[in-house]
Amino acid sequence: MALLTVKDLNVFYGNIHAIKGISFEVNEGEIVTLIGANGAGKTSTLHAISGLLRPKSGSITFDGNNLVTTEAHKILRLGLAQVPEGRRIFASLTVMENLELGAYIRAKENLDADFEQIFARLPRLKERRKQLAGTLSGGEQQMLAIGRALMSKPKMLLLDEPSMGLSPLLVGEIFDIIKSVNQGGVTVLLNEQNAKKALEIANRAYVLETGSIAMSGEASALAQDEKVRQAYLGG
Amino acid sequence: MKSNPLEFRRKEGLKPSFRIFSYSGKRPKKGKSGKNNFPFLARSPQGFAAGLGTSNHFFRLEGVCGFMNLFLTQTINGLGLGSIYALVALGYSMVYGIVKLINFAHGDIIMVGSYMVMFIMTVMGMPLILAVIGSILFCALAGVLIQRVAYHRLLTHDAPRISLLITALGVSIFLQNLFQLLFGSEVRSMPTLFDLPAIQLGELHITSANILNIVVSVVMMIGLQTLVARTRIGKAMRATSEDAGAAKLMGINTNHTVAFTFAVGSGLAAVGAALYCNTYPQIKPTMGNLLGLKAFVAAVLGGIGSIPGAMLGGYILGVAESWTKNFYSNLTDAIVFGILIVMLLVKPSGLLGKNVKEKV
Repeated sequence: MALLTVKDLNVFYGNIHAIKGISFEVNEGEIVTLIGANGAGKTSTLHAISGLLRPKSGSITFDGNNLVTTEAHKILRLGLAQVPEGRRIFASLTVMENLELGAYIRAKENLDADFEQIFARLPRLKERRKQLAGTLSGGEQQMLAIGRALMSKPKMLLLDEPSMGLSPLLVGEIFDIIKSVNQGGVTVLLNEQNAKKALEIANRAYVLETGSIAMSGEASALAQDEKVRQAYLGG
Repeated sequence: MKSNPLEFRRKEGLKPSFRIFSYSGKRPKKGKSGKNNFPFLARSPQGFAAGLGTSNHFFRLEGVCGFMNLFLTQTINGLGLGSIYALVALGYSMVYGIVKLINFAHGDIIMVGSYMVMFIMTVMGMPLILAVIGSILFCALAGVLIQRVAYHRLLTHDAPRISLLITALGVSIFLQNLFQLLFGSEVRSMPTLFDLPAIQLGELHITSANILNIVVSVVMMIGLQTLVARTRIGKAMRATSEDAGAAKLMGINTNHTVAFTFAVGSGLAAVGAALYCNTYPQIKPTMGNLLGLKAFVAAVLGGIGSIPGAMLGGYILGVAESWTKNFYSNLTDAIVFGILIVMLLVKPSGLLGKNVKEKV
């Protein structure tokens, strides 16, 4: 049974048909990746899922809930968190405040154990917890964005280009974190331009090209596919 | 000049304790109150002149004392006036911080608040405390209503900033005309509000209105700062202010947060209105124009979006206005807006404002 089902999704920006009737699903416990070039529609797809964009038509079902008619701020409460493109941490707030905002919907709970868990997973944040988030390095900001999303205790995590702008070493570190988050029981939908890395950790993958799904399948199979190799893996 | 709160006072001849503002000894040409009936200031002009003009020790001492006294009196008056600017500036600053809108209707909320105090007290015959609380609640509600009706759709549909600005001006004109229709366009006198004793420190006479203004504004600022820094809704406000989309991803209902911000800002303007009525007990439907504009200048001066900045801007503006008024009252508004121009040239982000980095 799929945790997230997207069916015949159409998204427009004014007259531009950004997402052209795509359908895909993510099963519980999986890492699924959407790969594709800039402008293929990966971010639009994630924004439609998390409610920041209203699709023109199509259905998005998460855990039995219809997301198309659910307001953005309520979608997190269903257990679907997003780490947005460009991280979008709150730069003028401290690291700790960012994490507290991640747990905004859990206001009445005791969060001490959660903070400890996040800091255990992302020790660099612990050192910097009183620092303004804007003063962190790119990699630390990405870790904070992931930590912030995890504070809501999601069933599923959407990650949009987590490797963007990071050094290869940090990319590896971020992907290790994603993998360990998934092993902790969180389903992951990952948008990546870095197809090679994404296909390494994903179970399944969909290839997006100009708003449509061009290919799909097991990640390991796609990584061997000649067309994928030429277009996305550098030959 | 007519709408200048301090000017009409001279003509109306109100409570002596407030007439410090219209101290006329320095301006013989205006000559209306030619004989000085304020003994506590009686020595200042002569003394001041003497201090500058002669080497006589007695007169020099006298002059310095008189000048200091005048200087302090005007500074305190300025802080009292600045407190009102500051309270209104907080609203401009908060709303700008969260939706990047210069809410030009905000000045008119002072007018609405003032009329509500008057209405509840004189028409409904309720006690002062209920009038003030009622006025604050009414203004908070009016602020939310204005946001919902006039701005909400523009904000959610990403309308150009200029549309928002023009809508705000429209709301301002609407409010002024609505209240002219309801209460008439003439100047109305307020009943006495807070009848507290003045403080006499040596030769320094501090009116109760000034003390009340300063104390209330400081308490409000600390309260607001605590709200924004420590509470859950405060964190939601800061998050929404920085990135509304990301705030939604945190499960924050940004519509509620924005509405709450308008409510708090308008409530603070109502507090400012009550203090204003207590200090200058005359109101009219267009009173919010200049008052609102000056509070806006205060917000920009201090750094729009910053709470302590709005307060600092308000105080600086009030003191600058009070000092200028003492020496050459015709220049008051020129000085006030001149300060804005200089500030924009030297440090456009304001005294306590942060340089805004454009997000890539």
